[in-house]
Amino acid sequence: MTDMNTPLSKVRGLGSAKSGTHHWFIHRITAVAQIPLVIFFVVSMARNMGGDHASWAAWLGQPLVAVLMALFIANSCYHMRLGLMTVVEDYVHEKGNRLLATLTLTFGTILLAAFGIFSILRISFGG
Amino acid sequence: MSKANRPLSPHLQVYRWGAHMAVSIMHRATGAALAFGTIILVWWLVALATGPEYFSLVQGYFGSIIGRLILFGLTLALMQHLASGIRHLFMDAGKLYSLGRNSATAKFTFVFSVISTLLIWYMAYRAMGAL
Repeated sequence: MTDMNTPLSKVRGLGSAKSGTHHWFIHRITAVAQIPLVIFFVVSMARNMGGDHASWAAWLGQPLVAVLMALFIANSCYHMRLGLMTVVEDYVHEKGNRLLATLTLTFGTILLAAFGIFSILRISFGG
Repeated sequence: MSKANRPLSPHLQVYRWGAHMAVSIMHRATGAALAFGTIILVWWLVALATGPEYFSLVQGYFGSIIGRLILFGLTLALMQHLASGIRHLFMDAGKLYSLGRNSATAKFTFVFSVISTLLIWYMAYRAMGAL
């Protein structure tokens, strides 16, 4: 039977990372997004330092703060997943271990983002 | 095949140390440290959402000497990762490859991270009324 697949389609997904430039590109996009978010985060933390529960909750209850913090958590976790995945690809070579590391990293970062964003929403909506 | 005395793959120990190498290694190291920092941040947010009692307990941990040292280190890591990350974006765009600029910007990321960290902590201590 004639093989109708092009040579390109046969090699797609076979690299060490199982994907092409998407990982690299989205890592840079999340990096650019982190610049203003990190500045917002550290300045906010420093300016509100020493506050009690009520003052921190009031700070996080502001709509703009809640949105920016949720974006910061989501983007941090995404960027972290991509960065640590590169580290795993560099140092974890055995197939089973790499799959385990990939699963741990993926589930871990999504779980972290979910807990973080839920906490922000809970304070925002006064739960 | 003769066992020639030559490196088989680019292991770190064969290179002479330079700022460009240090900044590259630090970028990965600080990135890993910040993963830990993100876990701590989410823990703090969960504590804030849980309530005043648990929040003050967690704040007590962060406010202790060890807690402050960890947070200071994480601030330094965040600023270093930010600076060298921006440097990497320029390098991704094909800039900063001349030896002089490459080395100078590498050194500058360390200067930036130290100064900005001290500035952030100065702001924090001022906000607490300690300065």
